[in-house]
Amino acid sequence: MDLNQLKIKSLEYRKAILDIIYKSGAGHTGGSLSCIDILNVLYNKVLDINPKNFNEKDRNHYIHSKGHSVEALYTVLCDQGFFSRKDLEKLNHFNSHFIGHPTRKILGIEHNTGALGHGLSVAVGLALSKKIDQKTNKVFSLLGDGELSEGSVWEACTTASKYQLDNLIVIIDRNDLQITGKTEEVNPIEPIDKKFEAFGFETISTNGNNISELLNVFKEIPISKNKPTVIIAKTTKGSGVSFIENQINWHHKVPSEDEYGRAVSELNEKLNSYE
Amino acid sequence: MNKIGKPNLEIFSETLLSEAKKNKDIIVVTSDSRGSGKLVPFGKELPDQIIEVGIAEQNLVGVSSGLAAGGKIVFGVSPASFLTARSLEQIKNDVAYSNRNVSLIGISAGISYGQLGSTHHSIHDFATLRAINNMTIVAPADNFEASQAIKQSISYDHPLYIRYGKKPMMDIHPPGTEFKIGKSIVVKKGEDLTIVATGETLQRAYLASEILKESNIHCSIISMHTIKPFDKKTFLEFSKNSKAILTVEEHSIFGGLGECCASLIAQNNINVKLKILGIPDEYMINGSQADVLDHYNMSPEKIAEISKDLLNK
Repeated sequence: MDLNQLKIKSLEYRKAILDIIYKSGAGHTGGSLSCIDILNVLYNKVLDINPKNFNEKDRNHYIHSKGHSVEALYTVLCDQGFFSRKDLEKLNHFNSHFIGHPTRKILGIEHNTGALGHGLSVAVGLALSKKIDQKTNKVFSLLGDGELSEGSVWEACTTASKYQLDNLIVIIDRNDLQITGKTEEVNPIEPIDKKFEAFGFETISTNGNNISELLNVFKEIPISKNKPTVIIAKTTKGSGVSFIENQINWHHKVPSEDEYGRAVSELNEKLNSYE
Repeated sequence: MNKIGKPNLEIFSETLLSEAKKNKDIIVVTSDSRGSGKLVPFGKELPDQIIEVGIAEQNLVGVSSGLAAGGKIVFGVSPASFLTARSLEQIKNDVAYSNRNVSLIGISAGISYGQLGSTHHSIHDFATLRAINNMTIVAPADNFEASQAIKQSISYDHPLYIRYGKKPMMDIHPPGTEFKIGKSIVVKKGEDLTIVATGETLQRAYLASEILKESNIHCSIISMHTIKPFDKKTFLEFSKNSKAILTVEEHSIFGGLGECCASLIAQNNINVKLKILGIPDEYMINGSQADVLDHYNMSPEKIAEISKDLLNK
């Protein structure tokens, strides 16, 4: 899949995210749009996780620690063939496994997340199991920037560093916003890079909404042998739809019929430019 | 007279070491707790099978879950007080809800830490974990139950919590006794009263039954080593055929063995007297485990006296 095809995927994924949130009447719009390019590159170019190998032990793993952005994950997993679009349209229906946070009831999902600050410890445990088994598989985990206030994240970092988990790649969706407001006003977390460096990580910063930059970053990992990596992916919350971008109220706002129509039109215009 | 055995905690660590020598997929995770967990020999003999996360109990549970996801047979070992309170959300989400086969070992459980005070006591663990879906809770009584619980946990396909105390325990069960997680053990049968005990209070209930025998009162004693899933069948059978039920636990009177029994009696329309012995809702008295249990009416003598009162004798 070339760069243009990936860019087209990102636009189509954005349309799908808006569609499932609009139709189901609930979802985390802003955060799903901010991390979708990261998931696009991961699942289409990096992870090599698919429905055929998912139940195998020796493969790469992905833990979606910022579980509220599940609509982005569902969209990409659906595109990878883990389930059908018809299944996904049961999102938030009574008795559906497709709920507002990831669960292992759905093929393709590694771990039940939703409460923040949990995913990294689990990813550390998985990465440790690979080291014990002397396998070269990698473990990736996506965390939100607001999530970094959870103390358990930093507990996990100490273990990642102690056991020299160079097979662990942490990605921070640095969109600068959380439900209450700007992260730096709610509870400042900068300097993120220096904090992770102090915890023994190799740190790379990139534009998390730029496909070519993401592709380059993932080619570089792990940067150092014996050190875990953190990719600080600078993103825009609500990325790709002008009136949703950087708006705090779009954390879990559901588009109205009019907003949905305008958002799809914007994305279609961008898609048309590729044709 | 029954023989006094070893502390259950020692039995846990010896059994685990012996099993781990045969199975390299067994991994122990500790939070600066290998000394308290009697796992120093394990660390020395099998250094590649122990992961140390430092004083970070939340991380211990999450890492244990991840190791289990990677195919390991995981024992997360930490003082019961911290493991089941500080890491409760990790137990709920990363073990129970995510359905990972992790065995969480609560060491020095109940009031084993005695004078170290309430920060170190776990008189809440049955209650908190009972309310978490998909968790199994086991409190072994004697050395036999302690070793059997670990042996079975290795192939037990379910999130599991086992609590261990640190004082030597009296051997209760004769050779040939069958132990199965989820199935209580009927220690003895008597027509007057049924005493249901769990964990380290079983020996106190047993000694009480010996005292009662001298007064010609004959007790049934049930070792309810598994708090969840609860052996309803055995309990209901004895409830229907006893004049009174007395429950004994090293736990708050709220949310543990006693309230579980009360709920079953009420919901099955059984007309039987019930008394729950445990730690009452108050600023707890300080003392050794033995002194505190005695203080809260769980000495063998007091259990016998309360049993007589229940029977109006």
